[in-house]
Amino acid sequence: MLSRVAESVYWMSRLVERAENVARFIGVNLNLSLDLPDRGGEGEQWHPLVVTSGDDAAFSKRYGEATRRNVIRFLALDAENPNSVRSCLATARENARTVRECISEEMWEHLNQFHLMVSEACDARKGEGPVAEPHEFFEKVRQAGQQFLGVTDATMTHGEAWQFCRLGRCIERADKTTRILDVKYYLLLPEPEDVGTPFDSLQWAALLRSAGALQMYRQKHGRITPRDVVDFLVLDLQFPRSVLFCLAQADGALHAITGTPSGTFASPAEQHLGKLHARLAFTRADEIVAGGMHEFLDSTQRQLNQTGKAVYDTFFAPQPG
Amino acid sequence: MFQAQSQSTGSPAPNPAELFRDYDLGGFFDETVAEDLTPRPASDRLCRRIAELAPGDLARRQAAAETAMRRLGITFSVYGDARGKERIIPFDILPRVITAEEWRTVERGLKQRIVALDRFIGDVYGDQKILNDGVVPRSAVESGEGLKKACMGLKPPRGVWCHITGTDLVRDSDGTLYVLEDNLRVPSGVSYVLQNRRLTKQTFPGLFTDNDIRPVDDYPWRLLECLHWLCGGRVEDPVAAVLTPGIYNSAYFEHSFLAQQMGIPLVEGRDLVVRDGFVQMRTTRGPRRVDVLYRRIDDEFLDPAAFRKDSLLGVPGLMEAYRSGRVALANAPGTGVADDKVIYTYVPDMIRYYLNEDPILPNVPTFRCGDPDSLKHVLANLETMVVKPANESGGSGMLIGPASSAAEREEFAARIKDDPRDYIAQPTLALSRVPVLCDPAPDGSLNLAGRHVDLRPFIIRGPETYVLPGGLTRVALTPGSLVVNSSQGGGSKDTWVLSGEGRAKGEGEE
Repeated sequence: MLSRVAESVYWMSRLVERAENVARFIGVNLNLSLDLPDRGGEGEQWHPLVVTSGDDAAFSKRYGEATRRNVIRFLALDAENPNSVRSCLATARENARTVRECISEEMWEHLNQFHLMVSEACDARKGEGPVAEPHEFFEKVRQAGQQFLGVTDATMTHGEAWQFCRLGRCIERADKTTRILDVKYYLLLPEPEDVGTPFDSLQWAALLRSAGALQMYRQKHGRITPRDVVDFLVLDLQFPRSVLFCLAQADGALHAITGTPSGTFASPAEQHLGKLHARLAFTRADEIVAGGMHEFLDSTQRQLNQTGKAVYDTFFAPQPG
Repeated sequence: MFQAQSQSTGSPAPNPAELFRDYDLGGFFDETVAEDLTPRPASDRLCRRIAELAPGDLARRQAAAETAMRRLGITFSVYGDARGKERIIPFDILPRVITAEEWRTVERGLKQRIVALDRFIGDVYGDQKILNDGVVPRSAVESGEGLKKACMGLKPPRGVWCHITGTDLVRDSDGTLYVLEDNLRVPSGVSYVLQNRRLTKQTFPGLFTDNDIRPVDDYPWRLLECLHWLCGGRVEDPVAAVLTPGIYNSAYFEHSFLAQQMGIPLVEGRDLVVRDGFVQMRTTRGPRRVDVLYRRIDDEFLDPAAFRKDSLLGVPGLMEAYRSGRVALANAPGTGVADDKVIYTYVPDMIRYYLNEDPILPNVPTFRCGDPDSLKHVLANLETMVVKPANESGGSGMLIGPASSAAEREEFAARIKDDPRDYIAQPTLALSRVPVLCDPAPDGSLNLAGRHVDLRPFIIRGPETYVLPGGLTRVALTPGSLVVNSSQGGGSKDTWVLSGEGRAKGEGEE
């Protein structure tokens, strides 16, 4: 397929996944404030969300204090923040518009409506929609994101374009799972004496719920311990939002695109992803916790970025005429 | 016979004449309503159906259609409008209906016209017989912007230049249909014809069961067939693509829609490269050959090596590949020579010259400002005329005499005198009208008002010459306005050509 089209499809899918994950992300804190009525309000910490999203500098410059209102505005409806829910969907929709002839009509219709829903919510009541009704808004975003995935899988030929969709989605999701997990690191920092307390468990539970993982986690591990949460969200082979699961999917997509046998590589993209995949596949949760979770997550994110760059170089970069 | 879902078993039969009781014909020919304010025979069934609807139902369906357009993203881009980059073209759900009999004449007339025009283009870039015989003045052709030196001596595949044409037709108050202009370069609008039909089917499924309406849905298939035909024999399994200037072009929706409907790639100039003499697409697996392009980029931007050097839209070397027969283009470069409002005035002469036939569809009487006598007449009668630059499209740069101020006329007169060759003038026609659904009257009743319309049928010259039954009916939504272009705020309607035999009796226009 056309390189330009492959790139658009890849980003369309990545950005829808990103929007959904920003919604999940904010859910960490919304869930926490629900779980902790006594600590709510003042106890809420919103700054970690901005830090882990990687856009702290832009946020501080324009908003200053990390209040609930400011953070939600920045992450949900700020048209100048390219990673806000609104911007992600506007760009995803624009990408879809350039590849309408390659995606199914139902995908286009769904994404177009998704975009309209979000931009209308952001315009409503002087742009306070998501701030005033965050639970409702972010729930809608999560649902629409999931529906897009369903519509994609059910209506698009599982050929090359679909593989690029899957590749973009899985790389994005792996990155966001590490970031959701990383929120905990920042939440913990100010009050280390909370470790191991009921408050600590509540935070882990809120985090698992935000990753859509609480129920599935309980089935597998029962009681919540940091080690098992890391095991589940990073290394589980069957849970679809775990980092390792996403990497395996991305690796599968990549090899389906190139036709190179699995376990070998013929391009920088396959090499990078293969290395990262192998590293996680041969790691244990104990080692991650012992070596420092934040450091581990940070280096995983860096390698995911490099993989993204390698995907660009391999498939999308204009080849010499 | 009606399988109407009206529950009103006991109530009196709906009277379609009631629909137009308060309708104001305004002294114009109306496509739907006869002079006695009853529906014309072709629209009779349609109007009965409308009359049966519960109060408010029509407005609800209208709103549903608009919502659907937004949901489906049926839009066009507006130049110079950064915020609302995309708009939907206002859509009126009352279809315009054309009888089978009238359409037969239109179809014959359009085929005759396009055959003559195609012969003319080939002649201009070839032997120039018509110029040597003085039927069309050489100066008129050579002074036009549409003539491309790079196309001299070209022999397009299958000998056809103009594969896709959109010809604008208007009806005057006497009921006669005139050809207003021929769009032979990259005519737009066919996607709206197909989408309008889809929307009408969605909002009024019942209408289609009791009217014999000729389908339009096979247009993309016929277009693809034409594209493949252009490669015939040269390649086994030709690769076709639509070439677009990109997402900011006003007709981008159409480019994308047609590619999607034909199931072929939509490419931009930056996706293509000419290598080893062939046009190739940049794909994730390296270059892949393209055999035919349905190009929606104007000549000047097609190939910086052959035309405008500063163009970033096109593909360097494309013309050379075309010239050597390694890629086919639809339309062929150079067709703009006949898409010039001065050349338009000679089309009836071309028909007589090449085909030895009388023109079936008349031209609108037109004055060429390049002729000194005509110029004098035009300048003396500006307030009754429509003056157009020969090479603009999209309804821009026009003077509509009756709607203009003295100052505007003065300014326009100066422009005409500066460059008379570039202007033509036509008497202001009393364009026919159609009823459109307006906001409900204060008592909540149906509010139908007349608006001026034109019609753009589309013609494909492939293995056979095909005229899409119907075309794009464009409506000037501003009361009294004669400008129907979407870029000037016009809307559109579904256009039905009935397949049933002769409903012409009492039709009025014959």
